[in-house]
Amino acid sequence: MAEYKGILICGEVREGKITTITRELITTGRKLSDDLNQRLSILLIGENIQEAAKEAVFFGVDVVYTVDDIPFAESPPEQYLALVSNIFQKAAPSIVLFGQADMGRDIAPRLAARLGASICMDCVELAIDPETRSLLQSKPVYGGNAVAVWASDDVQPQIVTMRPRAAAPAEPDPSREGEILPVAVKIDESVIKSILIETVKEEVKGIRLDEAKVIVAGGGGIDGKEGFELLKELAQILGGTIGITRVPCDEGWMPAGLEIGQTGHVVNPDLYVAVGISGAPQHLAGCSGSKCLVAINKNPEAHIFEEADFGIVGDYREALPPLIEKCKALKK
Amino acid sequence: MNIIVCVKQIPDPEIPPVKFKLDTESRCVVPPEGIPPVINPYDEQAVELALRLKEKHGGKITILTTGNESASGVVKHALSLGADEGIALTDKAFEGSDSFSTAYILSQAVRIIRDYDLVLCGRQAADWDESLVGAILAENLGLPLVTLAETVDVVDGELKVKRVTLDGYQVFSVSFPALVTVSHEVGQPRLPSGWGIVSASRRQIPVWDAKDIKADPAKIGFDASRRKLVKLFIPKREKKCEMIEGKTTAEASVKLAERLRQEGVI
Ligand SMILES: Cc1cc2nc3c(=O)[nH]c(=O)nc-3n(C[C@H](O)[C@H](O)[C@H](O)COP(=O)(O)OP(=O)(O)OC[C@H]3O[C@@H](n4cnc5c(N)ncnc54)[C@H](O)[C@@H]3O)c2cc1C
Ligand SMILES: Nc1ncnc2c1ncn2[C@@H]1O[C@H](COP(=O)(O)O)[C@@H](O)[C@H]1O
Repeated sequence: MAEYKGILICGEVREGKITTITRELITTGRKLSDDLNQRLSILLIGENIQEAAKEAVFFGVDVVYTVDDIPFAESPPEQYLALVSNIFQKAAPSIVLFGQADMGRDIAPRLAARLGASICMDCVELAIDPETRSLLQSKPVYGGNAVAVWASDDVQPQIVTMRPRAAAPAEPDPSREGEILPVAVKIDESVIKSILIETVKEEVKGIRLDEAKVIVAGGGGIDGKEGFELLKELAQILGGTIGITRVPCDEGWMPAGLEIGQTGHVVNPDLYVAVGISGAPQHLAGCSGSKCLVAINKNPEAHIFEEADFGIVGDYREALPPLIEKCKALKK
Repeated sequence: MNIIVCVKQIPDPEIPPVKFKLDTESRCVVPPEGIPPVINPYDEQAVELALRLKEKHGGKITILTTGNESASGVVKHALSLGADEGIALTDKAFEGSDSFSTAYILSQAVRIIRDYDLVLCGRQAADWDESLVGAILAENLGLPLVTLAETVDVVDGELKVKRVTLDGYQVFSVSFPALVTVSHEVGQPRLPSGWGIVSASRRQIPVWDAKDIKADPAKIGFDASRRKLVKLFIPKREKKCEMIEGKTTAEASVKLAERLRQEGVI
């Protein structure tokens, strides 16, 4: 087992840039590699990624493996899997990091099965135990009701996916140096079992949830599409955007792509206003990192008040109009 | 189209957080008193998807679960919704199995059933939220895999799957047999009919043990698990909520805006 060493990040590049989640992985990976005194490497796949490779070095990576000329977003999972397995032979890392996003969710478990690895999905913290030197993998379980800490000492490699926003994105330092190793990989086409017919991005108008500084989120208490007009007005005045819980998504009041939580987006805005939201752990999983959480709920016993910084007990139909007016006045 | 659906019995994931209890010493979750376990919600949606496919294309739906003696309850639930057959994989030797062992146990059973076009799993089991078994099962069985399905169709003899992504969707085409994991975007599962409940409750669910599925003892149970649980705890909530009050809700709202301004949040 001694041949496995170092940390490999399976990174993502979008429009020539290292994605935010990948920068978060670099922060986590850098810390682990310093603690273990081992090298941090990253795999970048896509077209025109040479600039991104340099960027990765500035962010703190020691070795960058680049696989050029493969349109990453359009490649079927088996192709990506074959590539990672190939790089894996070269790098023989003991820890492999993915983001808990579209790619990591899909690829990481398959890779673990293929490599005979251990795997822990959706971790919020990774640490090296100072005594045993093992990788401690903390992961919310039971919808976020509890946190489990796992170790997998006897198994190599150890694959982990990290929840978005679990670490701050790495900042560039142009004085850093590292190696960039272009890798040519020939994929045996016969491994490809699924055909990707199309990838559709449903453009959201306005601010993206993961970039919003202010989110006004509505839940089951909004009780219909119409109520969201008030939330939109508040969001607009505060320069923010709308989020939802599972309920408006299931009821079809709002587009599913706005869902926040364990299975939706994970956000950490400066201000999160939760309106008509009970505060189920599965929802809080997506917003508990918000700097300031305000809850408006007509039930004083609602669990959301346990997590909120500020709370109002009342009907949102009575609470929002004066709040909107006051915010307007304050903004002037 | 013959479909196998893997379902898991779990503690009700929607209990209020105050009812959620741990035994930190033994690192176990204490089942909430008086609240019966349920079928994993995503698995119920997988059954729903299977029923929709059966309505369109005919065939047979077989339910598979592995768990303790009470686990056959979720098989009966799936039968009450309209599934045709169900098997419970139960053996002391299976206890403590991790995701890899669970997938191994299921794959041994799937190999015995043999005659199938599609295997469905939920995207994750809402107890430990691992999101692993479906993918490992597909690898074990050498099946093409599409994860996080919202809809599944048959087009020109191939399976066409719409996969949910964070900002849209993808469409994949795979050939049969295949494995698909199901996301909640599938929509509300149907309710069982009264007759469905009655007839399912009368059914005898076949139980297969380690011998029946020719399980390799080295691959199952606690000792085979690749990870060890070091610690299990309920995260501390240190926040104290400042309740903003007023004679009326409107008055409280105005105060809230002022407070947020003071704090520099708006
Ligand atoms: C496996 C699993 C995964 C899940 N993943 C997610 C996820 O990713 N994201 C997610 O959001 N949920 C998720 N859920 C669902 C979650 O458990 C809750 O059911 C859901 O978050 C509840 O949404 P809610 O608070 O909006 O609605 P409800 O629980 O219906 O609460 C509505 C709240 O509004 C209040 N209210 C009612 N009327 C008014 C009014 N007029 N004015 C003010 N307040 C009012 C009520 O007091 C209540 O507290 C998941 C569930 C499971 C089982
Ligand atoms: N004990 C089990 N019996 C049958 N199916 C299971 C079991 N555990 C997991 N599965 C299936 O695998 C999916 C993912 O589970 P998990 O990887 O545990 O999150 C579930 O939604 C089920 O479809």
